This record gives sequence, structure tokens and C-alpha cells, in this order.
Amino acid sequence: MITKEDVYHIANLAKIELKEEEVEKFRREFEKILEYFGVLDEVPEDVEPTYQVHDLCNVFREDVPSEPLPRELVLMNAKHVEDGYFKGPKIMEG
Amino acid sequence: MITIAEWRERLETESCYDLVSELFDRIERGKLNAFITLNKEEALRLAEEYDKGRVDGKLAGIPVAVKDCITTKGLRTTCGSKMLHDYIPPFDAHVVERLKREGAIIIGKTNMDEFAMGTTTETSYFGVVRNPYDLDRVAGGSSGGSGACLGGDESVLALGSDTGGSIRCPASFCGVVGLKPTYGLVSRYGLIPYANSLEQIGPMACCVEDCALLLEVIAGKDPRDSTNAGREFRFEPKERRFKVGVVKEMGGNDDVMGKFEEVVGEIVKPNFEVVEVEMPSFKYALAAYYIIAMSEASSNLARYDGVRYGYALDKLDTWTRYFSKVRAEGFGEEVKRRIMLGTYALSAGYYGKYYLKALRVRTLVKRDFERALKDCDVLIAPTMPALPFRIGELADPLTMYKMDVNTVPVNLAGVPALSIPIGFVKGLPVGMQIIGRFFEENTILSFALRIEEEVKDEIRRKGVA
Repeated sequence: MITKEDVYHIANLAKIELKEEEVEKFRREFEKILEYFGVLDEVPEDVEPTYQVHDLCNVFREDVPSEPLPRELVLMNAKHVEDGYFKGPKIMEG
Repeated sequence: MITIAEWRERLETESCYDLVSELFDRIERGKLNAFITLNKEEALRLAEEYDKGRVDGKLAGIPVAVKDCITTKGLRTTCGSKMLHDYIPPFDAHVVERLKREGAIIIGKTNMDEFAMGTTTETSYFGVVRNPYDLDRVAGGSSGGSGACLGGDESVLALGSDTGGSIRCPASFCGVVGLKPTYGLVSRYGLIPYANSLEQIGPMACCVEDCALLLEVIAGKDPRDSTNAGREFRFEPKERRFKVGVVKEMGGNDDVMGKFEEVVGEIVKPNFEVVEVEMPSFKYALAAYYIIAMSEASSNLARYDGVRYGYALDKLDTWTRYFSKVRAEGFGEEVKRRIMLGTYALSAGYYGKYYLKALRVRTLVKRDFERALKDCDVLIAPTMPALPFRIGELADPLTMYKMDVNTVPVNLAGVPALSIPIGFVKGLPVGMQIIGRFFEENTILSFALRIEEEVKDEIRRKGVA
């Protein structure tokens, strides 16, 4: 069972503002999709999980400084720029 | 469909400039909506350079279309989303560097499902891609534009990306060849991420040989992708008897199965040893795939904050309000659905029930492939369980997800798989999926070449869109 409150809670975690009229549609869809995912309940617990398909681990490279992207290229896709920096929203009220 | 051999033959008597202009005329007059952004000026300039004899390389003078989730320096890259509708990348993806090094002419960026999340290209912010064989039907997805531009004579080669079937599905629906390489063979540097542990960039082309050549160009070492295997690829077709496994759990409706069984009976069985293989884990594969893909997406797409790049509001606000509003306005419905379900699957109390279970299934699926491919050289099945859908036919998300049932197990295991056209039913193409062992693209392509020889005449007859 997924409630409208669940949908609001998930949307808040995912930082996506929802319109009132979207909530019920998402609720119904989530319920149906999660019910389908329930097929995994019968998967045995004693199987090791696979996080990635190859045996690669701890891939290192030489720690050598190289040319970074020029500042103007880094900033060219940002809407809010000030003094050569990105300008972000306030992280605290007041 | 235009092969490299046909393009080169025309280049002997005509200028590259004229041929490329002709391609752009066809694209601009056509109704496929295969491209989001054209690279016309630069492509024509390169064609002129080629005509002056100043371009060389394996793909000199050959047009290539690039899926719009692959970054191209200075050329708009949208990922099919409003979120990136005006994004100009400051760098090239590794595969794009390789294309340029080999003299390829990048003609444009192809349309796709938003952030590659879809099976029909209907989730694109830039409108649906139409099937070259029936404009009322979809071209498949998510690399729909890459499939359609090849099927509709608008390019010679194309790059796609495949997270759960996104190269193989449009290849099947548009009657072209598409390969998802072994995980790690092709660098993902510059591929806008959706689900990192599953996705690969891969080649799409009008024949097996061209697909192999494009793979030779894009595969290889790149230290900027830490999952890159550092291997090169060279196609050396081998003539031998293949042992072929028909996967029992990968099926389709009567239209598709009729054609598939006909080809198995008339072409595969008389030429090769054929056995049926069972893959018991596949009943869990679709659910496991979607849980993993959505979970990775929820984390990956957190980068779209409306600050550094992408869709932004005119006025900054407090962080939570600004961030939530940017994402509400910038993402489409399917992307929101997947981010939210992924967030849910990873949230406290549900991790063990969904995500961890899905990773266990991944082990089972990988084991099933390893077992079957110990005995068989290749595994075959229909690529898609149905013919290309009518636009709007798959309105319900879960119904759409289920159409990926034959393609997603391959991504969970990381093995390579190719889709090749095997004929037509009701005037629409049907594709066969050929799956092989890790890094044995050569075996898959060699087998595909044999199948292509047998079905070529039927494909060529119908290959006029």
C-alpha cells in the first residue's frame, strides 16, 4: 500500500516539487510497479550481491596535476554567476 | 539504408560536400524527427576538407550521427531533456574524440528518450521519433533517433547507448544492426550517466561489417573511465561451426515468434548445432533491472541543481525550494517516476527488500549466462517481444517496462549482445538478438555475418523506406 503521504515523502527526499494533481497518478503507478517488484521476495538470501560485473577494484592513476578546464568554459552554462564563481541558492533561511 | 561501401562507391564519382548536402536535405524534408540538433555547418566544412584530400582515418568522409546523451564540445547536448535544452558541453566524450581522430563527419545529435529512460522515444522533450517503415509507429528507444536515421537513409553510422536495451530495441524496430558491447570495452567518459553499472556506448550501422568497424574505432583504453577494461577491438571474422543456444525464457508474440522460429528452422538449424537453454533467473531479471537502474538514476540525477549548468530559474530562492522547483520544471514525468522510485528503493527500511535483492538477482543472472555460454558460443532470441508499437500504444509505465524483458538480462550480466534484422512481418522489421561471452564481440559479429548473408536479400528488398 502506497499512500499519498508516502508519495509526498519520497518526492521530498528526491527534491522534486509535486503538483497536487500529479500525486494520485504517481501513487497508483508506484503501487502497481512496487507490487510487480514483489516478485523478488522469493529470491534466496544466501546469494552474494553483484555490485559490478568485472573483478576490477581500486583502479588508481598517477596523481599528476594537469590543465583544468578554463574558468570561462566552466561557467558558460550557468545562469547565476558572480565574480567568476557560481552563485547558488541560500542554504539557510534569514 | 546506406552502407559504408555504398557511400565510398559514390565518393569515387561525387564530392563529399554534395553527398553530405543531400543527406541534410533528406533530414530537413523528412518526418522522422531523428535529430535534435544538426551540425550542418561544421559537417559541410569537413566534407569540403575531405574533398581537398585533407582528411584521413578509418572513417574519413563517413557521416556519423551521435546520440544526444554523448557530449560533443561546442555542440548542444540535451539528453532529450528540458533540463539540458541549452547545454553546450565544454569537452568531447572519449568516443567523440576517437570519431574525430578517424576523420568521421558528425552530422548531428540524435533524438532519444529523456535521459535514456524509455523504450519508444516518446519521453523525449523534443517529440517522438517516427519509424522509417511506418510513420504512425515508434522507432524504439531510447536510441530511437540513431535507429531511425539509419533506417531512413539519413546517416551511414550512428552511436547509441544501451542501459537495458536502448541500442538493440531501436536497431530491431528500424531494421538495422546495433551492438551493446561488453561492459567496460568502450569508455563512458562523456556519456551523461543514467545507470553507470549497466550502460555502454555502442555502434549502430546498416550492416554487420560497418557495425564492427565503428566498434573498432570507439573501443579501447581510456584512464578517465575507471571501469574501462583497457582493451582494443579488432574484427577478424571467423568461419567455423558455432554452437547456438536458443533461450527459452526470451520470447515474443506470434508475429515475432513466427519470424524468429522460421529463421531458426530454415537458417540456423541447417548450418549450426542448436540447443535450447533455460535461464531460470530471468523471471526476476526485469524487476531487478528496474530497481538497479532507478536507484542509480536517483543518485546520478541529483547533479541537476540548476546552479552549474542546465535548466535554471531566473531568481534564486532558498536551497530546498529552488532545487525542488528546478527539478519539477526541468524533468519530464518518466524521469521523475524513476528518480522517485529509485529514491524509495534506497530509502531506510527498503534497501534490503529491493536494492540488495536486485543485486542478488544480478549474481544469479550472471551465473546463468556463464553456465549457458560455457556450452554455447552464442545465445539467440528475438530482440523485442513485439513489432514496433503504434505511437501512444504503451501509455502505462509498467506495460512499457515489460517490453524490455528480452534485453535487460544482458545488461545485468555485462555480456555483449547484438541485434540484427532477420526479416519483416506486416511490413515491419523483426530483430534477432545474439548474445556472447565477455569480450567476445568477435564471435557475435562473425555469427551475425553468417546470418546476414542468408537474410540479406529479403532485408535489401524491403530496405527502401
